[in-house]
This record gives sequence, structure tokens and C-alpha cells, in this order.
Amino acid sequence: MDTFVLISITGVGLGALYFLVASGLSLIYGLMGVLNFAHGTFLVVGAFVGLWMSTQVFHTNSTFAFIVSMIVGGIGAGIFALIMEQLLITRLYNRHIDQALVTVGVALVVGAVLGGWFTNDLRLLPTPPWFINTVTIGKAFIPVDRFLYILTALALLGIFVGILKFTRIGLIIRAGVENRTMVTALGINVKRAFSAVFFLGGFAAGVGGVLIAAYQGGVTPLMAGSWLIYGFIVVVIGGMGSIGGSAVAALLIGITKQFVNYYIPGLGDFVVVILLVAVLLVRPQGLFGKVSA
Amino acid sequence: MSVLSLKDVHVYIQGSHVLRGVTFEIPSNKVTALLGRNGVGKSTTLKAIMGLRQSTGEITLDGKSIHGKPTYQIVRTGIGYVPEDREIFSMLSVKDNLNIAVRDSEPNFDLVYSLFPELKTRTAQRAGTLSGGQQQMVAISRALLNRNQILLIDEPTKGLAPKLVTEVAESLARVAGESTMLLVEQNLALVKRVAEHILIMDQGKIIFQGEPSHLEDADFVHSMLGVGGRHN
Repeated sequence: MDTFVLISITGVGLGALYFLVASGLSLIYGLMGVLNFAHGTFLVVGAFVGLWMSTQVFHTNSTFAFIVSMIVGGIGAGIFALIMEQLLITRLYNRHIDQALVTVGVALVVGAVLGGWFTNDLRLLPTPPWFINTVTIGKAFIPVDRFLYILTALALLGIFVGILKFTRIGLIIRAGVENRTMVTALGINVKRAFSAVFFLGGFAAGVGGVLIAAYQGGVTPLMAGSWLIYGFIVVVIGGMGSIGGSAVAALLIGITKQFVNYYIPGLGDFVVVILLVAVLLVRPQGLFGKVSA
Repeated sequence: MSVLSLKDVHVYIQGSHVLRGVTFEIPSNKVTALLGRNGVGKSTTLKAIMGLRQSTGEITLDGKSIHGKPTYQIVRTGIGYVPEDREIFSMLSVKDNLNIAVRDSEPNFDLVYSLFPELKTRTAQRAGTLSGGQQQMVAISRALLNRNQILLIDEPTKGLAPKLVTEVAESLARVAGESTMLLVEQNLALVKRVAEHILIMDQGKIIFQGEPSHLEDADFVHSMLGVGGRHN
């Protein structure tokens, strides 16, 4: 039972990180149909900005410094995403192959620049001392940092849902997912909504980048690889454009992977891929996705 | 005095020359009906005005060029648009479908709910679950919420049951008294009822402009529109 609790909670924590990576990816594809392979770069940029804040501005590993670094990392990644959208993506709407090529190019270029500048070595991200603590639930010792990942993911989920459900920009985004042309024909500059989505997606990935750096022990330009792949898997399983779907899929994958890795060590990734194939066969639009007309 | 003016407007779609020098003016405070056989370019004309189709030529609204502007800016100059297939946001509620269309600081919900009281009782309902007629009400309402210089309405009775056609026709007749409207419509009975000016298109050109009284002439209708002249 203790093992079950431990694996479940760490699985939820892992799922929270997957959600942070996948939520922006889902929104960006869901609203704009942009296949953004540079999403992992947002994560890396966020992690580096967070690292810079933490080591160059604060010079401390206090909780306050970490939280602010995480938020600034998110903002930095959001601004990077916005710049990329304005400079490159606005010219490539409805050109999926070009989008894929350009965003892969951005990911390679930024990765190379960061690698050349900082090297690909892991740079330690200062984390608050309590990160290494555990809390006891039953007889299970749960690492405390997992709760921060879960709380952050919940907060961002709440913010996304709040924006989508209760603000005008959210209304425009929801309508734009369905029929972008008609939104424009109502006198709305839908590009602004697109930019807002890119910023939000970048922000979530940036926050995720800082937390992933804490989870992995540091920051490196190569850190995005497997996380981006998992982000895509979450989005496909959850359904494109569905934030709730991404949350459920991220949880499902996080927990599944943890359990499988515990009982059949090393097979976690394989089972996640099997899960992906099963969902694609049974429900190609994803668990919460809509069938396109 | 004309509100909307098109001069020598051409549209090409995938190499096909769809509009071939469309020229007309829409008089203010009147309903102008744009008629023609299927596929002659009526809907494309509206889309060209809206900036939804790339075109060449001149398009002016109230004397100012709107040609080449982004669609959202064209709409903000004072155009309300009801597209051919309603294009409501099916996943949003009726209320959200109306709210997203609001541009004015004081949107005219009173007019909308007086024309379509049924919508007031269905504000929370998902628009995709409405009947075709109710969806058309939502589509028309979106255009009526704001003060526009002109309404472009594309086949509002298309695909509706006869009872609903009457309902939509009644609403358009009520709005017609107070608005400038360019109405694309196949239903000649409705055109005769609300239009004060007609344009007839064929092969991407305007081939006739005049009074709707011409539609009483069965031979005229047959020669221009290729239909019998007896209508609904």
C-alpha cells in the first residue's frame, strides 16, 4: 500500500511536469494548427532564464528566489515564443510542412547557440533546501518537490481554464479553435489571440523548464528532447486543443510510466507508446478531442 | 446616395475567373437583393467585399476604400455579415455566440431578443444543438447587435423548412425598414417582399440592375434566372 501511494503521488508529480510541457503545445496546435517542434526550446529558454535569475540576480536558494525565478523563466519563454510567432509563424499559417521545418530549425539553432555559449554540461539550478525533504503519507516517504510540481500544474490549469472560460480573449480562442475565419468576420483581430496563445504556451513550457531542471538536477541545452516527445504524446492522447484532455492524459501517462517502471523496470516508455497506439486505434481524435469536420 | 460601391471587381479562385468586373452601388437605407443562378458568383461577391477572397478593383464603403484591408478592419468600418452556411460556433453557447460578436459599447440586445424571443430562453444552450432555423437566428443576431452601415446577408433561408423561412423572412422584413442591406437570396417571394432594388448576376458579372417589380414578369425571371417565374 505504501508503495502504491508513493508511486501514485510521484506519478502525479511526473504527470504535472508533462502537463506543463503539453498544455501550450495543445493550445498552439488546437487554435492555430501550428505544428511547433520548437516547443522544447521554450522549455530550455525558460530553464536558462530561471537559472540566470537564480544565480545572477538572487544569489540564493531561498523559496522566494526559486518561485520568482520560475515565474520569470516562464515570462522569458513566453516572450521568446511571442517573438518567434511574430517573426516566423505569422507567415506560415496553414503551411504545415514549412512550420515543421522552420520550428525544427529554430530548435536546432537555439540548441546550438546555447550549447556553444554555455556548453551542453548540466548546470546546477539552486533549489530551496526543503526540496530534498520528504513527507510521510502512511508509511510512504514522498519527496516534497513533487507537491510543488503538482500545485504549479494545478495553478496553471486553473489559469488556463479561467482565461478560456471567463475572459473575452478566452472566448475568442475557443471560437477560433472552431472557425477562425468567422471570428475574423465578426471584426476580431484573431492574430492577437494567436499571439496570446503563443505567449501562454511559452509561459507554461518555461515554468515547466525550470521545474524540470529542478527535477533533473540542472539545466542543459539538451534537456528538452524526451520531454517534448512526451508532450506530443500527451497532446495526442488528450486530444488536440483540449487543456482538460492534456491534464488527464498527462496524469495517465505519468502514473502508468511510474507503475510500469517499478514493476517491470525499463519498460515505462514502451508501455506509454503502446498506450498511444491503443488510443490512436480506438479514438484517433484523442480522449477529449473533437472529430474534425 | 450609395453606401457601398464596387467597381470592376475581379476574383480568381484556383485559376478560375469567378468575378469578371463586378460593378454596382448599394443605395443607403434600402434592401438590395443580389440574384442569380447557382455558381454565378453571388457569395464570392460578398466574400470579396468582406476581404475573405482576394480581389482586384475598387471597393468603397461610405466613400472610403476598404479594398485590401484585413477582414476584421473591414468589419469594423461598419459591416455586418451573415454567411451562407450560418457558421455559428457550435461548441459555444448561444450567449457566447452573441457576446463574441459585440463590438459596440451598447450592443442592441433588445432588438435581437425582440426579433427572436426564442433565443432569450436558450442563452445557455450549446449552439450546435439548435435547429437550423434557430442557428440562422443566431447568425443574423450577430450582425444586428452592432450599429452597421450595411448588412451583407447570404442566403438566410437556405435549407430551412417552409415555416422557418416565413419566420426568418418576417425578421428580415422588420430589420429591412431601418437598415441598408445586400441580400443574396434564391427565394423570390422573400426578395419581392423585402427588396427595393435588385441586382442580377450571371457568369461573374452584373447583368441587370433595377426595381424588384421586374420579378413579376415570368419571362424576365425565366430569361434572367432560368426559373419558371412562379415562386413560393
